Amino acid sequence: MSIFLNADSKIIVQGMTGGMGSKHTALMLDAGSTIVGGVNARKAGTTAEIGGKELPVFGTVKEAMEATGANVSVAFVPPAFAKDAAIEAIDAEIPLLVVITEGIPVKDSAEFYNYSIGKKTRIIGPNCPGIITPGESLAGITPHTIAGKGPIGLVSKSGTLTYQMMYELRDFGFTTAIGIGGDPVIGTTHIDALEAFEADPDTKAIVMIGEIGGDAEERAAAYIKEHVTKPVVGYVAGFTAPEGKTMGHAGAIVSGSSGTAAAKKEALEAAGVKVGKTPSETAELMREILRGS
Amino acid sequence: MRDGFRVDLFEYQARDMFEAHGVPVLAGQTATTPEQAEQAAAEIGATSGGVTVVKAQVKTGGRGKAGGVKVAKSPQEAKERAAEILGMDIKGHTVGTVMIAQGADIKEEYYFSVLLDRANRSYLAMCSKEGGMEIEQLAVERPDALARVAVDPNVGIDEAKAKEIVDAAGFDAELGAKIAPVLQKLWDVYTGEDATLVEVNPLVQTGAGDIVALDGKVTLDANADFRHPDHAALEDTSATDPLEAKAKEKGLNYVKLDGQVGIIGNGAGLVMSTLDVVAYAGEQYDVKPANFLDIGGGANAQVMADGLDVILGDEQVKSVFVNVFGGITACDEVANGIKGALEILGDNAKKPLVVRLDGNAVEKGRAILNELNHPLVTQVDTMDGAAAKAAELAGSAK
Repeated sequence: MSIFLNADSKIIVQGMTGGMGSKHTALMLDAGSTIVGGVNARKAGTTAEIGGKELPVFGTVKEAMEATGANVSVAFVPPAFAKDAAIEAIDAEIPLLVVITEGIPVKDSAEFYNYSIGKKTRIIGPNCPGIITPGESLAGITPHTIAGKGPIGLVSKSGTLTYQMMYELRDFGFTTAIGIGGDPVIGTTHIDALEAFEADPDTKAIVMIGEIGGDAEERAAAYIKEHVTKPVVGYVAGFTAPEGKTMGHAGAIVSGSSGTAAAKKEALEAAGVKVGKTPSETAELMREILRGS
Repeated sequence: MRDGFRVDLFEYQARDMFEAHGVPVLAGQTATTPEQAEQAAAEIGATSGGVTVVKAQVKTGGRGKAGGVKVAKSPQEAKERAAEILGMDIKGHTVGTVMIAQGADIKEEYYFSVLLDRANRSYLAMCSKEGGMEIEQLAVERPDALARVAVDPNVGIDEAKAKEIVDAAGFDAELGAKIAPVLQKLWDVYTGEDATLVEVNPLVQTGAGDIVALDGKVTLDANADFRHPDHAALEDTSATDPLEAKAKEKGLNYVKLDGQVGIIGNGAGLVMSTLDVVAYAGEQYDVKPANFLDIGGGANAQVMADGLDVILGDEQVKSVFVNVFGGITACDEVANGIKGALEILGDNAKKPLVVRLDGNAVEKGRAILNELNHPLVTQVDTMDGAAAKAAELAGSAK
């Protein structure tokens, strides 16, 4: 089992014919993903050869879904067009939309996220590495070679820390690893992933990676205390970040006394989560749990 | 200030932006010399009985208490007040510009803001009949006096929402009807300019009963600059750290910190984590991380050379830690980047480099650096070990 993505997922790529899109479509195919086509209104009806496969290009997400039965879309469209692409996918009622695009204005993300509320699409991202269920499917840009299948569920704001943690724990492996993105407004949250991992019978323990900015980790801590029975290990990046400076992710900023790594660590520990000081220490905490059980 | 994501405006820039969107504001002109202030006061005072207000333009609160806002009854007085205020230090901000504003006959002061509400992934409007004071203070001392109203990003502050806000703040029907249209105009600023904060404090009612935005704060989303070509000119580059300015010119995501171990890494999360790990390792050597630098996926020789060049330009730096996890980026490209960077920099590279490579094509990457056998480069296999080595080298070079 896994969450949100599995071997049966049929993926289309919005922006497949662009530079990023074609490169990562090939890598997703390498990872074993079932890619059934792409969307580009200007190239509708043509095909694109990617990774040795002839993939059809559709004019709209809706057409692509009707023709292929696609249930996941991965969007690589440039920031200026990301909102329209997301709205199109939401209107087509695709069950899962993964927005990889970095640099989307927060107004656009706030608009398409709020537009999705009460509709049928789960959004992951934007500005994220996407989601991987090792050995089954990859919808995003996470390298599939880092780690294989195993008992750990991983949710992280950061892409490279996802990779780092998968690498640290490659001896155990993962059910699913999700990078939810570090923007101020994102679709799927830590809490959504925790809820899904809690319900997934194959996930035995969860690693949650946070970073400075906002209060998502504090909210997740409160959720864990109430609803999560599986062991959770945490890591928070940005203890040394100065106040008022954005650290690489648009949402990674300490404002006044809010959004600090120390406050997040404290909230997680108060919820019974073991928090590592470094990625390697965090991995070691997870190993202790998995060896003990 | 701008750090690649947000641009905070000066009051006078917010004033101009408000005016452009039809928000009622008072006349105002900037001055950087007492003489300019006198000239501006002569023009502006003509419309307000000779009275003007000289206001320090700094991006921090509490400037009134610090003596950065003074009333002047004549152009001569405005000149004198400007001479006092220009060059003043307000909470570490040196005043380089003053705004000469029309004097206002203030009857009452209110508060209004609309901002991004991260927790709810939506927008929030806040409004109070009690303006003028710091809003954080009001929120703590008199939370009931501050109305908080959720704003749907896809609807915004329309007529109905504006009415809801003024009602929630407790304005009576007559006053509320005067304020509500101003809130709609302020929403135009927020959405039209891709702001993440528009704050008016105070929003005032004048003796004549007019509603005027007397002081404004605006934060813009730099990710939206592609649809606002005019926003680039609003950036204040004078306050930017010279190394940060240099990094920005080269398209690098760099934040200067106060420390001795230079940091280069790929990915914001990993770089933040690297800073933390170096800070822990540095405790015993009394050294700290010197910067944040995320080279993202572009770890070619030029990007690496640019990054190293910026970091080595920081005189405090005693060692550099290059921490790369090859995800999409291949470690051999990174290793070649380091090799190329050292060639480009030549004798300008004098400080030791500790390199940790892992992930995609790590064997090839490590082999390239082993073969290079450069006296400044030390390879360490783990992030923790490399951080300890870089801290040790910085400590012994202090």
